[in-house]
Amino acid sequence: MSYPEKIHEQAAEIIARYPEGHSRSALLPLLHLVQSHDGYITEAGTAFCAEALGLTKAQVQAVSTFYTMYKREPTGDWLVSVCTNTLCHVKGGQRIYDALSEELGVDHDQTTPDGTVTLEHAECLAACDYAPVVTVNYEYFDDMDEAGALDLVRELREGKRPNPSRGAPLCTLRETSVQLAGFEEERSAGLEGNASGEPTLAGARLAAEAGVTAPAFDPDAPLLAKDKEEAK
Amino acid sequence: MSRVTVPGPRRPREAVLAKLKPVITKRWLSPGAWKLDVYEQLEGYQALRKALGYSPAELIEFMKESGHRGRGGAGFPVGMKWQFVPDDGKEHYLVVNADEGEPGTCKDLPLMMNDPHSVIEGVIIASYAIKASRAFVYIRGEAVHAARRLRHAVEEAKAAGYLGENILGSGFDLDVVIHSGAGAYICGEETALLDSLEGMRGQPRLRPPFPATHGLYQKPTCINNVGTIAAVPHIVLGGAEWWKDLGSENSAGTMIYSLSGRVKHPGQYECSMGTTLAELIELAGGMEDGHELRFFTPGGSSTPLLTAEHADVPLDFDNVAKAGSILGTTAIMIFSDQDCPVLACWRWMKFYQHESCGKCTPCREGCYWMVHVYERILSGEGKMDDLKILRDACRNLLGRAFCGLGDGAASSVTSSIKYFEQDYLDYIEGTKPPRFAAAAIGAH
Repeated sequence: MSYPEKIHEQAAEIIARYPEGHSRSALLPLLHLVQSHDGYITEAGTAFCAEALGLTKAQVQAVSTFYTMYKREPTGDWLVSVCTNTLCHVKGGQRIYDALSEELGVDHDQTTPDGTVTLEHAECLAACDYAPVVTVNYEYFDDMDEAGALDLVRELREGKRPNPSRGAPLCTLRETSVQLAGFEEERSAGLEGNASGEPTLAGARLAAEAGVTAPAFDPDAPLLAKDKEEAK
Repeated sequence: MSRVTVPGPRRPREAVLAKLKPVITKRWLSPGAWKLDVYEQLEGYQALRKALGYSPAELIEFMKESGHRGRGGAGFPVGMKWQFVPDDGKEHYLVVNADEGEPGTCKDLPLMMNDPHSVIEGVIIASYAIKASRAFVYIRGEAVHAARRLRHAVEEAKAAGYLGENILGSGFDLDVVIHSGAGAYICGEETALLDSLEGMRGQPRLRPPFPATHGLYQKPTCINNVGTIAAVPHIVLGGAEWWKDLGSENSAGTMIYSLSGRVKHPGQYECSMGTTLAELIELAGGMEDGHELRFFTPGGSSTPLLTAEHADVPLDFDNVAKAGSILGTTAIMIFSDQDCPVLACWRWMKFYQHESCGKCTPCREGCYWMVHVYERILSGEGKMDDLKILRDACRNLLGRAFCGLGDGAASSVTSSIKYFEQDYLDYIEGTKPPRFAAAAIGAH
C-alpha cells in the first residue's frame, strides 16, 4: 500500500530535524507518523520507515516491538490506559481496570469489537498526586473511580468526547500520533487545555495564601566573585 | 516497630509553612505563563540576557559555585558535568532527559505543562555554557500535553530571537528539537536514552567511555534532567549564594517534593532541601483519616523504603543517604498501616520486570523470577526459603547490570525485608489471608 503525499512530506520534515548522516534518529517519530495513518504498526508502515531511512525491515521491527506505544494490532480511536502501578493500585486502580475490562469485554491491549476503545493497563503515568488515574489518548482523567471510569468509556462509545481533567480536548489516537511525531498542535484549544488541578498547585497555593515566598534577590547582582567580575 | 502519628492540623504551623519556597513552581499560579508574553512579564528570558554577558567558562564556574546538583535522581554536581564536556571545538550536544516515568515521580510533567519556557531558557543557557549548537529534549511519549506546550514554546522562542542563529546578537546559534519517546521506562537511563534518540532500542551502554566524551553520535554530550535545567534561569538571576541559602549543606536550592498516597492533600510542594517527611505531611494537611504512616519512598520506587521512624530525617542528599536510602527524585509515596509492603513490592517488581530492557541477565531473569516468588508468597504458597531466594536474587542483581534499573528493582525488596520481614512471614506462615488464589496466578 502506498502512503499519501502528505505523509511523505511529513517524513522528509522529520528527517530534516536531525543532523546530517544521523537520519536514523528519525525512526521513533516516523513510527509515530505511520501509526497516525494506519492506527498501528503495519507491514507497510515498517517498510515505509525502512525505505525512508535506509534500514532493513528487521531493524525497524526490532525497534517498534521494543516500545509499548507502538501497537501491533489495530487500535480503537480511544486508547484507555489505567495505571495499576503500586500507588494507583492501592488507591483503586486495579478495581478500575477490572471494571473496565468487564464492561468492555476486553483485556489488556485488546480492542472492543466495534473498534472504538482499546484498553490497556499502564505503568506509572506520572500523576501519582491525582491517583488513581486513567488517560484517554494520553490526556488525564484524574482521581477516578470505577463509576466515573465506566461513565467515561460509555460516553466514548456513544461518540461523545468527555473533557479530560488535564490536557487537551480529546482527539483520536491517530491525530494524537501526529503530534507524537513532532508536529505542532494545530488546535488552539488543544494548547489552551488545562494543565493543573489542585494537587499540582497545592504547595504554590498554600505558600501564596500564607504569604510565604522565597527570599528576594537582585536579578542584576553579578554572577562571579568581586575580583573576577572586576577582571572582566 | 513504633508507629508515629503525624499531627494534621488543617493549617500547618508557621515554622512549617516557612519551609515552602516557591521558585521553580512560582509561575504555576499564573495560568498563561506557558505563553511567551506572560513568561516575559514574569522575569522570562532575563536570565538568558544576563548569562550571555559572561563567557561559557565563567558560567560553568558560576554553576559549580552555586552547588546546584542534578534533579533526576543521582544528584551529580551540574557545574562539574558541564565542565566534563571537552572544549575541543568539535560538535557538542545538550540532551535533556524529560522521560519522567519513575513510579511516584510527577513533578516534571506539571513543570513542562505550566512553565515550558523556563525549560527552553535553561536549555539555551546550558547549551551556551557547553558550546552546543544543537539540543534535544527527549520527552516521555505519554506526556503529550507537556510536549505540545514545549513545542509551542520552541516556536515562540524562535520567532522572538531566543533560538536560532545569533541569539540576541551574541553570535551563539542553537537549534532545539523536542523528541517524543514511545513508552519505555528504561529510556530515562541516560545511555539508553541516547540509543533511543539515535533510533534504536533503548538499551544502556557500557561505560566508560562516558557520554561527556562519547555521547550522542559518539560526540561529547551533556545530559541533564529537565528539572535540573529549569532551575538554571532562576539560579542565574538569584545568584550562587541565594541558591545555596535556599537549601541545606551539600544540597543547594529548593526541591519539588511530590507527595502521593495516604495524605489529605497530595501534590507538589516546593520546599527547602532538607525538609522532613513529618513537615511535608503537615503541609499536605496530615494523613488521611484513619491512616497511620507506616512506610514511604523518599525518591521513587527505585529508592529503598523508609519507615515511620524516619519521619524526621531531613530529606536532602546526605541525610537520606545516611538513613540508608537515596533522595532520588523526591517522589514521596506515602503508605499507611492499611497498606501491605509485600503487595507494594510485588507490584513494583512487576513494573521492573516489564521495563527491564533484557540486555543484562541478572536484571532480565532476576526481576522475572522475583515476580514469581512474590506471587507464590502472596497466594499463600510461600516457603520459608523464599525470603532467602529474594535476598539472593537481589545480591546477584545489585551492581551487576549495565545500568541502575536492576539496582532500583532490588531496592524495595531488600529494604522491605529489612523493615517488614514479619509481613512476609505472615503470608508464608498463613497468619494472613492470601491476596490471590494460587490457581489464578499459576503459583507453583
